[in-house]
Amino acid sequence: MRQNPVTRILFYLGILLIAVILLFPFLWMLMSSFKTQVDIISWPPKFIFEPTLRNYERVFGEQDFLQYFKNSTIVGVSAVAGALLLGLPAAYSIARFGQKRLSVFILVARLMPGISFLMPWYIVFSRLGLMDSYTALILSHLLITLPVVVWIMSSYFEAIPRELEESAMVDGATMQRAFVSIILPISGPGVVTATTLSFIFSWNNFMFSQVLSMQKTKTLPIAVYNFVSYAEVDWGAVMAVAVAIMTPAIILTMIFQKYVVKGLTMGAVKG
Amino acid sequence: MIRTGFMERNLRWVFPLPAVVFVVVLMLFPVVYTVFLSFTNWNLTSGMPLSFVGLKSYARVFSEPRFLAAIGRTFSFTGMALALETFFGVALALVLNREFRGKGPIKLFLLLPLVATPVAVGIVFNLFYDPTIGLANWMLSLAGIPKIEWVSNTATVLPALVLVDVWQWTPMIALICLAGLASLPSDPYESARVDGATAPQILWRITLPMLAPTILTAMILRSVDALKTFDIIFAMTGGGPGYSSETLNILGFKYSFDYFKMGQSSVMLVTLFTIVLAASLVIMKLRDKVEA
Repeated sequence: MRQNPVTRILFYLGILLIAVILLFPFLWMLMSSFKTQVDIISWPPKFIFEPTLRNYERVFGEQDFLQYFKNSTIVGVSAVAGALLLGLPAAYSIARFGQKRLSVFILVARLMPGISFLMPWYIVFSRLGLMDSYTALILSHLLITLPVVVWIMSSYFEAIPRELEESAMVDGATMQRAFVSIILPISGPGVVTATTLSFIFSWNNFMFSQVLSMQKTKTLPIAVYNFVSYAEVDWGAVMAVAVAIMTPAIILTMIFQKYVVKGLTMGAVKG
Repeated sequence: MIRTGFMERNLRWVFPLPAVVFVVVLMLFPVVYTVFLSFTNWNLTSGMPLSFVGLKSYARVFSEPRFLAAIGRTFSFTGMALALETFFGVALALVLNREFRGKGPIKLFLLLPLVATPVAVGIVFNLFYDPTIGLANWMLSLAGIPKIEWVSNTATVLPALVLVDVWQWTPMIALICLAGLASLPSDPYESARVDGATAPQILWRITLPMLAPTILTAMILRSVDALKTFDIIFAMTGGGPGYSSETLNILGFKYSFDYFKMGQSSVMLVTLFTIVLAASLVIMKLRDKVEA
């Protein structure tokens, strides 16, 4: 369909406006992370300035910051691995035996406000001496990653034709055997979707870590929050930390864009 | 004869069991414990043993003005955010649902707010909203509008926080609706074209009614998350100035981990999750009705 040029120009101006609105917080964050404190607090705001690496040098030069980065990675990777271990068989069973109630039960973990378990966890983990431990943190993050894995993988498995396992079972393989050697190997795209999304959710989680971690296991979102609780905010350093925190999630999203979209919109569409 | 093992016969129980045990221990037990605590007046710092007070704790919390205000605020925050996000999200999906140059990058840009760490987003918006050095007031000054205090003023703090939520989550609704639009059947459009329907007629009579279940599902997901919004509010205002941006989740957090009034905080947490579960039930029922 041909459009007249005026409509076309208006359409592209609209698209440009949408892009600017979506991107400006990232751009402003990025720019500010290369500014000196003087440039940041100047009025009117400076769009052209002499960039400095000082904020990054300061942040990455700190031993603590590298530790937080490591903590976020340890917790995220373990929580995702655990969720796959528990979630894949559960999702398969939900898909093949039509266990609707079971899937709703696990999904409730996604709906419930995290704080309704966090308060009891705090009491129990304190009694067990597990505060500020990786164990407590990973267990709490598992409750974020597990529903994501089960939700995504059960619809993925449902879409795989049953004939695949059935023919293997006719040949004498057990069902669990067919699951491991036939279904899992062709489930790559689903697992990638579930892994990427659940890792990002764990990486971004703030509330659980804020309560359960202290100095030793502190994760990045807590670090960025603590940076601004001081009386005078060192905006440049804060923005550098914010850039560092968001970069891994954004890179993952760019690599697995198709999967992330699928994971976020899945289930909402099929009705 | 084929011999089937124990595993084989009981796969439907064996496979989900570890996940179920995990969710029971880490979710169900804690929730039951929270409900139990909500009938006590336990205070973690007082050193007194907890005593069972029954519904008195509910009566006490529900007569607390600060709590009632937080409930109201939770609903107005969610209502404002949901209305704006649904409107802009659906509009965005309708605009983007065609082939054009630059569609690839735009779809990537839509994802970025969704994966950005909320606490960090909140802090970036704090710089944006800063009354003396922020970009927001600079943009207003270009239009000749005097400075606003954004999140440092009790009158503007809630709408300012809603705007952050709208920036971050409108793309979610847009993406869901885009996927929904892509899956619509093409027959109704063809017959509409044969009948000579106008573009607005097609939008209101065909596209939106067929998209309605998808829109409602997107709204369930959003309202459930908006009701329990925590990160951006905690990071940007901590519930302040005063109590002016304290939602139920923030208030429950303060009662639990600042004041250690576990009995009262439990009442708040039970209220919060009842609201969240009820809201998802209501909208799910509504969706079934639309689909039928």
